[in-house]
Amino acid sequence: MPLFRDEEYLKVDFDEKQEKDEALWVKCKSCSKLIFKKKLQENNHICPNCGAYFFLTAKERIKSLIDRETFVDETKRIESDDPLNFNDAKPYKERLEEAQKETEMFDSIIVGRGEVEEHLLVIAVMDFRFIGGSMGSVVGEQIASGIELAAEEGLPFVLISSSGGARMQEGLLSLMQMVKTTSAREILTHKQLPFVSVMTYPTTAGVEASIASLGDVTLAEKGALIGFAGRKVIEETIGEELPANFQSSKFAYEQGIVDAVVDRDNLKPELAKVLEFF
Amino acid sequence: MSEKKTLEELESQIEQLKQLHSQNGLDLSDEIAKLSEKLSDRQKTAKERLDGWDIVQLARHPDRPDGRAYIDALTDDFYPLHGDRLLGDDKALTGGLAKYDGQTVVIIAQSKGGNASESQETNFGMLKSEGYRKAQRLMDLAEKFDFPILSLIDTPGAYPGKEAEENNIGGMIAQCISRMITLNVPTIAAVIGEGGSGGAVAIGAADRVLMLENSIYSVISPEGCAAILWKNRDNADEAARGLKLTAANAKELGVVDEVIDEGPGAHKEFKIAADNLDRSLKKNLSELSQLNEEELLERRQKKYRQMGSFRRVTKDTERSEGS
Ligand SMILES: [Zn+2]
Repeated sequence: MPLFRDEEYLKVDFDEKQEKDEALWVKCKSCSKLIFKKKLQENNHICPNCGAYFFLTAKERIKSLIDRETFVDETKRIESDDPLNFNDAKPYKERLEEAQKETEMFDSIIVGRGEVEEHLLVIAVMDFRFIGGSMGSVVGEQIASGIELAAEEGLPFVLISSSGGARMQEGLLSLMQMVKTTSAREILTHKQLPFVSVMTYPTTAGVEASIASLGDVTLAEKGALIGFAGRKVIEETIGEELPANFQSSKFAYEQGIVDAVVDRDNLKPELAKVLEFF
Repeated sequence: MSEKKTLEELESQIEQLKQLHSQNGLDLSDEIAKLSEKLSDRQKTAKERLDGWDIVQLARHPDRPDGRAYIDALTDDFYPLHGDRLLGDDKALTGGLAKYDGQTVVIIAQSKGGNASESQETNFGMLKSEGYRKAQRLMDLAEKFDFPILSLIDTPGAYPGKEAEENNIGGMIAQCISRMITLNVPTIAAVIGEGGSGGAVAIGAADRVLMLENSIYSVISPEGCAAILWKNRDNADEAARGLKLTAANAKELGVVDEVIDEGPGAHKEFKIAADNLDRSLKKNLSELSQLNEEELLERRQKKYRQMGSFRRVTKDTERSEGS
């Protein structure tokens, strides 16, 4: 039986009760408390005990931001063809299959149309579970098509990044997605349509150094990691330890890299507030 | 075994035979002649057998000419412009005005520096935020006066430093790509050594992209890739082969338009590489000069719109056995 059928793909069920994962409890990495999973889901995946943020899957993010029953999936039905025939410790084909199975996604991004407090828009949401949310040819194509859709329909475009950067396993073609998405972004400029970039944990390297940094308005979710180079690489290069808050949302805000730092619970009204101006 | 090692082994075998020949009075001249012939045959066709890791070594060869060397070879009246007007001047980015093929052009060149002290000064070719700001400033200038842009790429990657992050280096790279993609003047980029990830592509979103045959262009350094995927930097050679980062690979992937023949290699015979690059630059420049603004932008946009490789998911794509 195929992993997911076309018509089933990404139907976001706002009343979905239970994750397929049978575990009822989950341990918070931040405060080590056991949390009832249902409670966590109801709480926007924020630890009710210490306030730490858990990863949101792309679907969960959509549920958290988009008005009930307004989401229409516009993700193109494409997947990687492993252009380099790449093999490291594990063949890339296997990594892809595993990630597809785990996430029930074609690749690390969902694109759709929906409303945020009645503001109709096109949204693209990355999912960190899929090979670190990395951007290869498929992600580049989905972002470019999402932007084109927004332009055709005269809608704002919102990108929720959660990505470690370009996908190594597709080599140079991944690097070119930085240009492809940046070039596509220009279509919005021509049509005078707003692009709101939302950086979440993590927005780094090739994604941060291209499309995610080109928002007309850029929001950082509280607790995000925002930067170009990895902490370890920088520390090795300069031979000193970096401060704890380095590359955090607060750091990015203080450096003037983002316009606001927003709590997860406030992200939806904040987006609506921003879109109201355009 | 890498091609370089094979050649070195042949050379040392010949050397040993020669020593035996002269010391022991043995007549080994036949053997020596045979091996020497084998070596020269092998040298002639060595290029085709170089693998990704061999090319990485050539791209980083200490004698490989840097951006400034190409500027000197290609122009004789280069006028450097200095600084980004805010943070300072990035020595890893040389840029300015020059007359080229009868017209004024703007040159934007990454350069690693020709010797140890210059390499220190240029941070080994790793640009900081000011370098990418300087590049943007030069792009603005080119557009204002309708000057074509020639950009030369040679960097291991953008500088991973504290201040670079504080100065939003990722954002500066993004802006650089964005600026370059919207320019209404002809742009040609040439990878002359290392095309290291985002730091390289920042000045590489050109109408035409050329690549010297012993250069590399990659999403990540082989060492970085090995450290992440193999959990061991020693697998860099494997990573280099897997990443398909050579000029021939880049051409196959549709990222590079032309591979420039270096003859015996730019580190050995700079003039051959420089002359071939010169010829290709002139040819491409004159072709691009035929296009008007709209055509340029439309073609550039189309070129990057179709970059990538993927397949359609069909309904009956079986990809799960276990369920
Ligand atoms: Zn907690």
